[in-house]
Amino acid sequence: MSRSLPAFDAVQPGGEPPAWAVGPISRTDIVRYQGASGDFNPVHHDEGFARASGFDAPLGVGMLTAGLMTTWATRWLGAERVRSTRVRWKKPVFPGTTVTFSGTVASRDAEAARVDLELQGVDDAGDVVVLGWMTFDLSEGA
Amino acid sequence: MVSRSAEGAEGTPFEIVVEQGKIAEFARAVQAHDLAEHHGADAVSPPTFLTTQFFWEERVDGANPWSLVEMSQERGMHAEQAYVFHGPPPQAGERLVATSRVTRMWDKESRSAGTLTFVEMVTEFRDAAGTLRATATLTGVETGKPPEVA
Repeated sequence: MSRSLPAFDAVQPGGEPPAWAVGPISRTDIVRYQGASGDFNPVHHDEGFARASGFDAPLGVGMLTAGLMTTWATRWLGAERVRSTRVRWKKPVFPGTTVTFSGTVASRDAEAARVDLELQGVDDAGDVVVLGWMTFDLSEGA
Repeated sequence: MVSRSAEGAEGTPFEIVVEQGKIAEFARAVQAHDLAEHHGADAVSPPTFLTTQFFWEERVDGANPWSLVEMSQERGMHAEQAYVFHGPPPQAGERLVATSRVTRMWDKESRSAGTLTFVEMVTEFRDAAGTLRATATLTGVETGKPPEVA
C-alpha cells in the first residue's frame, strides 16, 4: 500500500470519517457480488424462487451489506491491519435501498496499539440493517 | 428442518488458494476500490474475502458439513458471520488448507417467530506449516414460522 494510513494516536473517538451512503443497491450489484463470492443462492436473483420462499422480490445478500460495511472501515484504517470482523444482520435489504454505513471507535488499547470499532448500516427508513464489530492492529503500516 | 445429528460433523479438508485476480474482483464487488486498483502480487484480501471458500469446497466431496444441517431454505437465514485473523489477513499467493466443523446447535424461544434454532459452523484456515491463519464462524438460524419481512 502506497497511501498513508492513520497512526494509533490519530484514531480517536469523534475523529471517525463521515458516514458513507451506498445505493440504491441494484440487482447488478447483487449479481456482481454473488459471482465474486460464489454464493449462488437463487433467493437473491430468481424472482420465482424468492416468491416461493415467501418474499415479494429477490432480496439482497447479507454478506454484500457486510462487505460494504467493512469497506467503510478499511478505507480509513487499511485492510492489512484488520484482525477481526463480526457482523450481525437485523433486517433484509431489497434492491433499490440505499444503506448508509458509519462507525465509531469503541475502545483503544494503547499497549497493543489496537482499536475496536462498532459499525452499523442504516436503510432509507432509518432502520438498522446490519451491525458490526472490527478490531484493527495499528502497530504497523502507519 | 435442522438435523440435530449434524452437530459435531467435520468436513473433508480442502485447499483454498488466495488469488490476486479474485481479490480484485471481490474488492470491486464490495466497492473497496482502493484494494481493487492497487492489487499487486501480494494484494491483501478484504475482511470478508474468505467467504469465497464456496468455490473451493465445492470441488471436494464432503468438504462442507453445512449440507448435513438440512436447514430450511424458506425459514433459514444467515444470522451472524465472523472472521478472526491470527496475524495479518491472507494475502495473494497464499495456499491455505481449510476444515469446517458444525460446532454448536441451540434453541431460543421467540414470541414472533416460534422456536429459533441456531447452528454454528467454524472453518479453520491453516498454512503449509500448519499455522492457524484465520477462523471463520458462521451462525445460521431457522425460525419456527416463516420470517415476517416488512
